Amino acid sequence: MLSFLLRRSGVMLLTALCLTFVVFFLVNLDPNLEKLAKSEGNQRMTDAQVESWLDRNGYRQPLVKRYGEWLGVMPGWTRTTDEGATAGRCIGRTPVPAEQAEQAASYCGLLQGNWGFSTVFKEPVGGIVLNKLGLTGKLMFFVLLVMVPSALVIGVIAGMREGSKTDRTLSTFSILTTSTPEYVSGVILIVVFASRLTGLRWFNGTAASAMENATFSNFTLPVIALALYGMGYIARMTRASMAEVMQEQYIRTARLKGLGFYSVVLKHALRNALIAPFTVIMLQIPWLLTGVVIIETLFNYKGFGWTLVQAVGNNDIETMMAVSVVAVFVVLITQLISDIGYVFLNPRIRVS
Amino acid sequence: MERLTTLEITTAILGAFTPVWIGLAVILVLSWIFRGKLGLYGKLFGSPIGMFGLILVLFWILTAIFADQIAPYDALDQVSGMKNKKPGWPVRGLEGEFYWLGGDNLARDVFSRLVLGSRQVMIIAPAATLFAFMVGITLGLPAGFRGGRTDTVLTFLANLVLAFPVILLFFLLVTPEIRNDGTVYQLWGGRTWIASVPNILALVLFLFPIVFFLVLWTSKYSHRKDKLFLSVGLTLLIGGWAYIGLVFNADPLGVFYMDPNLLNIFVSVVFVNAPTVFRIVRGVTIDIKTRDYVAAAQTRGERPWYIMLWEILPNARGPLIVDFCLRIGYTTILLGTLGFFGLGVSPESPDWGMTINEGRKLLSLYPHLALPPALALMSLVLGLNLLADGLREESLKD
Repeated sequence: MLSFLLRRSGVMLLTALCLTFVVFFLVNLDPNLEKLAKSEGNQRMTDAQVESWLDRNGYRQPLVKRYGEWLGVMPGWTRTTDEGATAGRCIGRTPVPAEQAEQAASYCGLLQGNWGFSTVFKEPVGGIVLNKLGLTGKLMFFVLLVMVPSALVIGVIAGMREGSKTDRTLSTFSILTTSTPEYVSGVILIVVFASRLTGLRWFNGTAASAMENATFSNFTLPVIALALYGMGYIARMTRASMAEVMQEQYIRTARLKGLGFYSVVLKHALRNALIAPFTVIMLQIPWLLTGVVIIETLFNYKGFGWTLVQAVGNNDIETMMAVSVVAVFVVLITQLISDIGYVFLNPRIRVS
Repeated sequence: MERLTTLEITTAILGAFTPVWIGLAVILVLSWIFRGKLGLYGKLFGSPIGMFGLILVLFWILTAIFADQIAPYDALDQVSGMKNKKPGWPVRGLEGEFYWLGGDNLARDVFSRLVLGSRQVMIIAPAATLFAFMVGITLGLPAGFRGGRTDTVLTFLANLVLAFPVILLFFLLVTPEIRNDGTVYQLWGGRTWIASVPNILALVLFLFPIVFFLVLWTSKYSHRKDKLFLSVGLTLLIGGWAYIGLVFNADPLGVFYMDPNLLNIFVSVVFVNAPTVFRIVRGVTIDIKTRDYVAAAQTRGERPWYIMLWEILPNARGPLIVDFCLRIGYTTILLGTLGFFGLGVSPESPDWGMTINEGRKLLSLYPHLALPPALALMSLVLGLNLLADGLREESLKD
């Protein structure tokens, strides 16, 4: 088990390094750097001035070196001006006297907790990411609270009696929800429950106020829209798993020894049927990320996904990197948990 | 003139779809008559859910084909005074003409844009899915069949792409700036090619269909020289022609051409989908390679690629067809997502995702802008999912 964990973690770290490097490469492409130089320096810079700005601020070093600096495994760049003042990654772009510069650390990357400074929000990126993750965490908590139990109930009831009318109805409903991406269900929900067309106006069409104070009326629509899309998939997996378990010998034996149907379902079938959905639920979390970006944009809820859109739209390189790192780690850690959980839940799997 | 009532709007729209109804009737009647000879597709008639899915999908395919006949206006036609008008509003200055589903923010006909937008989806989504399948099959078969180091490396690469948050990848890949960033190469006739990330991806990914067919023919006809030369020659001719046109935008006859922005979106979608297909193909191959007929072929002394492509692949078609349907639906959703974030084909195109994005800003005031494309997208994906479900059920019955 330990060696399995170590191997999985090793592969995970390697994957994380590869992916963050790819993201680093993509966000540091020349057009992005030029835009950065112009927005940080001066909009009317000539090409030569842009080039010299980039060169002075360490953007023209080899990509691998810069990635190492960003990660915090290589010392940050420094540059000493003719007057003897020093600027550097860990010191700042404005040169300071040498004695002051010596106080600064030589490594200042992700590993040292230095996530950079956002050009859009004008704040350190670390704080922004933490704050926004909290907001998105709140959204995700309610989404999972709605999505997981309802999906499991639908799946179990549908799979309990495969082929029955209840099964057909619930399965079709699950397919319907998987066919409705968040931007479609969000639009439909807003039109039905928050527009002039039906006049219902039960809920708010925006969740901007939910960031501080989530209420039933301002948080329901985003949560439902997000939960619906993921729900169908989990429900279908649960149904398939349940239907398979219901055909096992031990279920027949339990039935034959005279146990009632619901007793068999609850005591014998349920636990075995819930192993597969666990994996699916864990793998669904990174999948929800796209949905989070859509829903936060649609409902103007300024969380993690909204930050991603803002960072990309405004060429905020440091924020983009931070958001990517978090997103990549969410994906990898949920994969790891789902693997480990699967092994723990299923006694038939032995990891050598 | 009076605004049309809901009933009048419905009748008018149903009437406009006449070519679709006729086409649908012809296809369904013909399929019903010949259902015994149509294999898996013919069996679909036994499953009501699959049937419903098939009808929805056929409806949108036919709508895309007859879009020009159905749509009363052009996608970009603007009529003054029709801005954000409600469904059934009479067109100013034209007797007896109406905007059945109202006008959008730029006074264009919502219904016409909806119909013409189906074309975008119905071409890009299946084509991108097909390419993803070519890539996934060409890599998944050897990974599953050979195992060992090939498998380890390919699986690691696939997992790498799969661990990449899709939305982030799209934001980074589908930007106008990225297209023009890279070394510029001079081609013949004054044409140039920029070694940008999407262009390099296209260079690699578009090679796979050609490789796939080349291997397919050489493994089959290795003893039949006449057929071998014919099929390989044709593949190289047509494939190379399309390749030059699509990747380098240098087709001498101008038949194969892809808008740079579209190419960018296309390769991104293929790139995201291919690893999942790879995983499915690899899994099915590992399962099938233990079967007796594979062992028999090996004993006969067949080459590995023959076994993979002509023994394993045909027997893996069931799960692959089902996944193909599902994946077109997923690609449709993905394209809609891109449009929703304004990364679509072009700003004026009637693409459903982009229309939803434009309409959502005015959603509480004018719901008729975003609702039709949203429902259209949902019905198409629903159709594909139901069709896949029906196909899966019928293929399991064998």
